Amino acid sequence: MTGAEVAFVIIGLVAVIGAFRVVTSRNVVRAALYLVVTLSAVAGVYLILAAEFVAWVQILIYVGAIVILFLFGLMLTKAPIGREALDNQRRGVAFLVSLAILAGLIYLFWGAFDWDAPRLDPVEGTTAAVGESIFSRFILPFEVVSFLLLAALIGAIVLSRRDDRP
Amino acid sequence: MIRLPLVLFLSATLFATGVYGVLARRNAVLVLMSIELMLNAVNLNLVAFSQALRDITGQVFALFVITVAAAEVGIGLAIVILIYRNRETINVDEVNLLKW
Repeated sequence: MTGAEVAFVIIGLVAVIGAFRVVTSRNVVRAALYLVVTLSAVAGVYLILAAEFVAWVQILIYVGAIVILFLFGLMLTKAPIGREALDNQRRGVAFLVSLAILAGLIYLFWGAFDWDAPRLDPVEGTTAAVGESIFSRFILPFEVVSFLLLAALIGAIVLSRRDDRP
Repeated sequence: MIRLPLVLFLSATLFATGVYGVLARRNAVLVLMSIELMLNAVNLNLVAFSQALRDITGQVFALFVITVAAAEVGIGLAIVILIYRNRETINVDEVNLLKW
């Protein structure tokens, strides 16, 4: 194992444990904080893969904005705490379904990708290429995404506004 | 220098965990968090394949997915708060008005 792989396994374990706590924690605020752990670990994996721009966007948007939104959502809705209040009765079936999906995905990946294939050697310094690609080849999707964000912004304001007038 | 299947296994585990969360949780905000886990698994695959295939498109797509996820969380939480205001609950088992 190379040094990058050792670091990857450690960070990946942190991500998996965090994700597991997100879906099993009995306290909603703790679940949100474990989500921070998972998202930061995934950002670390992006750094190992030398995708530094995606990593910092992940930190800024996910950890900085989305988790804060989640915490506001939890603050504005009174959630009862405890296992029965947070999880439904069909935990066993859900566990079996997710286990089946995991087994199916690993079977697929195992069949499709050779374990002994040469290790991937990440291209470093991809930020310039990402920027160039967004503003040349993907300019139309970029504009569409901007419009989508504007629509989502207006939609969220319209939905959550309290109508005082009849 | 890293083996591609390792990254794929991590993303498969994250995705399966997210699926469990979506199916097992009753609190709507926690369901949204589990959806974020699944989107992260997809992004991980996109970035890994982008580096394996030496094509920057995967990373650009990951950025688009992050943007759409931000919009989704904004709208989702607005809907959740609206439901809470009207029904005094965000338990997804009890919000079954549209259920046949």
